[in-house]
Amino acid sequence: MELLKVKNLTKSFDNKLILEDINLSISSGKIIGLLGKNGAGKTTLIKLINDLLTPDTGEILINGNKIGVETKKVISYLPERTYLNKQMKVSEVINYFEDFYDNFDPGKAKRLLKDLDLNINQKLSKMSKGMQEKVQLVLVMSRNADLYILDEPLGGVDPATRDYILDTILSNFNENAGVIISTHLISDIERILDEVIFIDKGKIALQSDADKLRNKEKASIDEIFRRMFKC
Amino acid sequence: MEFTFDNNVPIYIQLLEYMKIYLISGVFKCGEKLPSVREFAGTFKVNPNTMQKALAELESMNLIYTERTNGKYVTSDAVLIEKLKDEYAMALAKSYFQGMKRIGLGKADSIKYLERIED
Repeated sequence: MELLKVKNLTKSFDNKLILEDINLSISSGKIIGLLGKNGAGKTTLIKLINDLLTPDTGEILINGNKIGVETKKVISYLPERTYLNKQMKVSEVINYFEDFYDNFDPGKAKRLLKDLDLNINQKLSKMSKGMQEKVQLVLVMSRNADLYILDEPLGGVDPATRDYILDTILSNFNENAGVIISTHLISDIERILDEVIFIDKGKIALQSDADKLRNKEKASIDEIFRRMFKC
Repeated sequence: MEFTFDNNVPIYIQLLEYMKIYLISGVFKCGEKLPSVREFAGTFKVNPNTMQKALAELESMNLIYTERTNGKYVTSDAVLIEKLKDEYAMALAKSYFQGMKRIGLGKADSIKYLERIED
């Protein structure tokens, strides 16, 4: 069963074409890297999948369902920027998520926060940017979702935390779920990817199995990407 | 132990190498039950799908086998593991000689150097 299907998707802002005729198919049980330069259209595509934008033309299906209330229940989304109220304590945010999502596992969230040495009685506003990002990722990964969409999850974190985050993603996804990670920091995450999607100037330039691509090009995904999209 | 991976080489091939060394060195012995795919993936910190691919490759080489519903086991064919060890050792030896050849040393000299290494 296809987890995500995107058909002939087009989106423009102010007559400027941001995404042009996007076609994609993603199956469960995989970690997919959505890779592109700044401004390639990654976040726009992700926002469309999350029903935060409306497409001009085309269709998006999750488990065969059109985007809407039902699909929002099964997508756990980490946006590029935080939307949490910074005056809240972490424990309050956990309660908030528990109220909001049926599939949120507060026990898991608390366990992961403890692993990361984060204090649940601290206010978000008193935490560093990196700490806030960790909290947000923990919340997103603590939902039992079908599709996790992580938009630039490694933006502001140090290398040690980056490894922890990648391990958290690896150990928390299951064969019934899929993960889409958007990033321009390819070398940091490529080792955990099953598949890569290159997006450039609003178009899908390539979709491939990561190891097959390495084998074919005898290079890392990062290197292949750089060669393809040299400035 | 921290496992490092070279992003230029398919990850499953690197996992295959680690696994071969495990089998050759007897970390997992003939006929022994192997940890699950998930446990291996956790140890190597890799994607379980990639781990599965490496194990499938080992299976196609008959080095491990799957007992239905019961998990994966190391082959009970000790000769096969010995052969793997021999091939691996030979490859290491060849690579050593090639390196020595590059700096102008022949086989006899290369062996002298080996003998100078203290255990």
